[in-house]
Amino acid sequence: MSKLKTAPNIDKPDDIYEQLIRVHEGLSEADSRRLNAKLILLLINHIGDREVALEAIAVAGRGLAADG
Amino acid sequence: MSAGAGIPVWRQIEAAPAPRAKREKLETLIVGGGPVGLTAALDLARKGRRVVLINKLDFITAGSKAICFSKRTLDVWTRLGVGDPMVEKGVVWNLGKVFRGDDSDPVYQFDLAPIKHQRRPAFINMQQYHVEEILLDALREMPNVDLRFGHECVGLKQNGECVEAIVRAEGGEYVVETDWLIACDGNKSPVREMMGLDFEGRVFEDNFLIADVKFNKERPVERWFWFDPPFNRGQSALLHKQPDDVWRLDFQLGWNIDREACVRTENVAPYVRGMLGEDVEFTPVWYSVYTFQCRRMARFVHGRVIFAGDSAHLVSPFGARGCNGGVADVDNLVWKLDLVLDGRAPASLLESYNYEAVVTADENILNSTRSTDFLTPKSETSRAFRDAVLELARDFPFARPFVNSGRLSVAVNYPDSPLNAPDEADAEWSGIAPGAPALDAPIRDGWLLDRLGDGFVVLTRGWRGAVEGARVVDVDELGDVEGLIEARYDLQPGGAYLLRPDQYVAGRWRKPNVDAVAAALARAKGRKP
Ligand SMILES: Cc1cc2nc3c(=O)[nH]c(=O)nc-3n(C[C@H](O)[C@H](O)[C@H](O)COP(=O)(O)OP(=O)(O)OC[C@H]3O[C@@H](n4cnc5c(N)ncnc54)[C@H](O)[C@@H]3O)c2cc1C
Repeated sequence: MSKLKTAPNIDKPDDIYEQLIRVHEGLSEADSRRLNAKLILLLINHIGDREVALEAIAVAGRGLAADG
Repeated sequence: MSAGAGIPVWRQIEAAPAPRAKREKLETLIVGGGPVGLTAALDLARKGRRVVLINKLDFITAGSKAICFSKRTLDVWTRLGVGDPMVEKGVVWNLGKVFRGDDSDPVYQFDLAPIKHQRRPAFINMQQYHVEEILLDALREMPNVDLRFGHECVGLKQNGECVEAIVRAEGGEYVVETDWLIACDGNKSPVREMMGLDFEGRVFEDNFLIADVKFNKERPVERWFWFDPPFNRGQSALLHKQPDDVWRLDFQLGWNIDREACVRTENVAPYVRGMLGEDVEFTPVWYSVYTFQCRRMARFVHGRVIFAGDSAHLVSPFGARGCNGGVADVDNLVWKLDLVLDGRAPASLLESYNYEAVVTADENILNSTRSTDFLTPKSETSRAFRDAVLELARDFPFARPFVNSGRLSVAVNYPDSPLNAPDEADAEWSGIAPGAPALDAPIRDGWLLDRLGDGFVVLTRGWRGAVEGARVVDVDELGDVEGLIEARYDLQPGGAYLLRPDQYVAGRWRKPNVDAVAAALARAKGRKP
């Protein structure tokens, strides 16, 4: 059974989404990437559940094939 | 081959003349006298077997190779009677610090935090040539050992009965007909080449400059690692202590470089000064550039030819898993070969060497590949994650365990080995599971591991069953003075462990009986239960 929550689970999605976009404003591609990486690491640690994290990684990678 | 081929000499060894007979028959021939071949020779010889070891060079090489040797390796060498000279020569260290950028405070530090109250430390550092010399000294004491330096294996073939090796020495070639050949002939393994065998894996596109130097400043005996330091921008660097006042400085260089130019004295000096301070006075010991690969053979046992050490598998040096992994191979192999040679175990027991040594190699390759991907990110995104970890690590403890500057070698477990006996159905255990190595602990007058020796042992508290082929060691008689045997093994009165000659656990029982222990012993000797 899936442990990853995929039904709506957070209030005011538009607010969060806006913050996600805004925090990247004016950043170089490299800095944006690093910011995203930090965010992911912080959240993974907060979740603290390997299974959930691995499932999320798999779901996020779904449909994206490596080329070459 | 003699000195003068551009290879630095540490110690000349007298070349052995070619034997008078053009053909000789042996039970075991060891090809290669690096640390792995020498350890194999010592282990076999101590079991009373006649050992012939050939080594192409007639000297011990100087230069920069392994420096970090793990507790497990020290336990093996202790079992072979050379633990004390190794530890006396070596430098003990426990603390590793990781720095980033210009920051003079570490972002992360680790204490190897060895499980306390064991005879041997978690790690020692010493030059590989010291290791080889100590092993050679021990081998020279043994009448049943025939060391032939300056002898090169130049051809071989095998049928189901034996291996025929052609050996070239000064004075001509001769043929060795041997029951078994152990190929410890290093990463370029001519034996592997001559047999046309595979060696698959990854080559990493990176170069590292090693500067072994002596200098005049006091420093703590710690492993220091830098990401992106001011003296090597965008790259990493490592500083580590060796005996004889020598320090190892290691600088990541990147891929497209002029390797010859990099080791010129005038080009190395700025790196050394950058790391140690402008005012440092230092003397070069040896400069070299290395690249590395992570690869292994698909199988280590090919008929009567058995591969061990770098000939079978290669890892990056971050984690010190090369030589330590090779010592683990022969520790695993030699008791099995000894039983097979005596007819006390079927030749199929050697298949468990193949299984267990491959498990070990895979774990070492996995760890060393992960470290390498952290040190040399292969994509922009990979670099972003790496830098994110380092940035977060400064402020938040959670990120520190992600920092990977090399995960240092520890003993590998084989939980699914065919040699393991399953636990009793209803038994709950903490302690040491089958397929894991025995842990040391203090006893009344010494150390537990020293009492285990190198045969099969039933380690018990008061169980009186006798099983042929296993010596009984009773913890209550040894004196579990700190209570650590009970704690580490979860060994209760009446319980028992069966330990293999390499001091790995083969089975354990809360309520042992002779049949169960004898069956486990047979299983550990490769007889189907
Ligand atoms: C820079 C560097 C740092 C390292 N640091 C560490 C570390 O800290 N810890 C660690 O565990 N490992 C480390 N390693 C790895 C370690 O040096 C090797 O894993 C180790 O030397 C392997 O030992 P070996 O006996 O298998 O092979 P080798 O040491 O390569 O010995 C092979 C021997 O076989 C002989 N030979 C070759 N061909 C023939 C032939 N045809 N006939 C007869 N003899 C032959 C050679 O002369 C040689 O003596 C490091 C390696 C490098 C390069």
